[in-house]
Amino acid sequence: MTIGIGHYLTVAASLFTLGMFGIFLNRKNVIIILMSIELMLLAVNINLVAFSHFLGDLVGQVFALLILTVAAAEAAIGLAIVVVYYRNRGSIAVDDVNMMKG
Amino acid sequence: MQHLSIYAPVLPEIVVALGAMALLMFGVFRKATPGGDFATAWLAIGVLLLAAVLVATGTTGREAVFDGAFIADGFARFMKLLIIGGAVLVIIMSFGNLARQGLLSFEYIVLLLLAVLGMMLMISAGDLIALYLGIELQSLSLYVVAAIKRDEVRSSEAGLKYFVLGALSSGMLLYGASLIYGFTGSVDFGVIASVAQGQSAAGNIGLTFGLVFLLIGIAFKISAVPFHMWTPDVYQGAPTPVTAFFAAAPKLAAMALLMRVVFTAFPGIAPQWQQIIVFLSIASMLLGAFAAIGQTNIKRLMAYSSIGHIGYALVGVAANNEAGMQAVLIYLAIYLFMTLGAFACILSMRTKDGILEDIDSLSGLAKTNLPMAFVLAMILFSMAGIPPLAGFFAKFYVFAAAIKAGLYPLAVIGVLASVVAAYYYLRVIKVMFFDDATQSFVPVERGPGFVMTIAILFVLLFVLVPQPLVNAALAAVQSLQTVIPVP
Repeated sequence: MTIGIGHYLTVAASLFTLGMFGIFLNRKNVIIILMSIELMLLAVNINLVAFSHFLGDLVGQVFALLILTVAAAEAAIGLAIVVVYYRNRGSIAVDDVNMMKG
Repeated sequence: MQHLSIYAPVLPEIVVALGAMALLMFGVFRKATPGGDFATAWLAIGVLLLAAVLVATGTTGREAVFDGAFIADGFARFMKLLIIGGAVLVIIMSFGNLARQGLLSFEYIVLLLLAVLGMMLMISAGDLIALYLGIELQSLSLYVVAAIKRDEVRSSEAGLKYFVLGALSSGMLLYGASLIYGFTGSVDFGVIASVAQGQSAAGNIGLTFGLVFLLIGIAFKISAVPFHMWTPDVYQGAPTPVTAFFAAAPKLAAMALLMRVVFTAFPGIAPQWQQIIVFLSIASMLLGAFAAIGQTNIKRLMAYSSIGHIGYALVGVAANNEAGMQAVLIYLAIYLFMTLGAFACILSMRTKDGILEDIDSLSGLAKTNLPMAFVLAMILFSMAGIPPLAGFFAKFYVFAAAIKAGLYPLAVIGVLASVVAAYYYLRVIKVMFFDDATQSFVPVERGPGFVMTIAILFVLLFVLVPQPLVNAALAAVQSLQTVIPVP
């Protein structure tokens, strides 16, 4: 069996879905949400690199590199906000992020 | 210097970028009062005004730079002027409030400048990569700004919620972008348009999927229902000057981006995105009207109000004709002024003891501070769409475009939703004019006063001189076109 673009897209779609469920179903820890976000972005990168390879076009790989860079910045900012939040609230459980409702 | 002059269309962005970096240096090497850095703020206003002048004197025709990744045209010019204007007015009106909270640091100002830069890049995006990078530059700055009040749990919670949902939306947007790239073979809007031209939903299911994900990502940024969950919490939790900025500039930038994407990259498959936009529009208008009724916090009320306004603006996008696009631009301009005026009033809700955010604390304002009560009442009437104020014409143009496009149900639902929405605007006015005063606010400061004056003049006088804005919007719309690059 040869590995075609469909396989890559399936893997990427599964990872993306996992990441999304990780954000919505997780009730424990904000760090898990950050990991899920990374998972989603990496799924996108698999998509882009696979398309890039099968289209014979480099732009997709350039896009993937830019996404990696931005994802690093995003993770840094996310962790910084989590630290600030922890200092104020004393907890990073998702269920405790509930000061404002309605 | 022939070779450098091809970058002339990017000059405003270069000025803002260099200005932000220079101000960072200025802030680091100068011994400023912590939390009260007025010099940096004024310099930032100078940088923004310089950029605005460069945008205004720039080209009105279409110029593409960086292989079509950056597009300067009349549409970009119109939106950039609105956004820079909004940012300048927000900074002017928030001096006092920020300094009292000890938040007027140079970092805050630099982050605002970077966010404005991201928005300018978003508006001018000509391909999916530029679109993503612009959105991220804007969002990453705004996540930090939302949590800027580090010692307050509400502000950091607002930052956390904004970050998580913003990152989720970026992920969706990217997944959509990757599918669009894969199924059209290009990231350039013009090429995407030519490949997508006339394809049915069944004919290219991957492209349709990508379009849906991309629209979901953008819907998060404009906070259209059902992707609005973050809006009320972030508006309430973030410091008020930050909320004012959130309500004004990023909304406009994301709407501009939405228009650029659907009208230049997907004009050929309009029926497919039109149904999504119609759904978002109806849901936003209804939720904006009904969910705001029970609110007691005025910032939360403004959040639902802005969700509703985005719903009305989307009516114009759904109409998918020139009148509709023009109506959206007029709507956004009027929305900007109304929002700034409303937040100038909210920033002035302050007694000797501190800042107030409850609607009830406005009670009897007409007896203690009639000018401010009058301004807020006029702005709220305008938001409710009562003629002859500016907000009426905003809605009128949008609904007229929808009728022209044959979207009768959308127009009817819109009018009904605006009737419901009028209830909660009128409730605030009733509290101000007919309830007894329990306390009196300190006098309005110069910054908010200045913005209130501009907003009230705009809201009252638009009926007399609508032509400049209407014509500018028409010219901007006519420059928004699909250009397929020659390989």
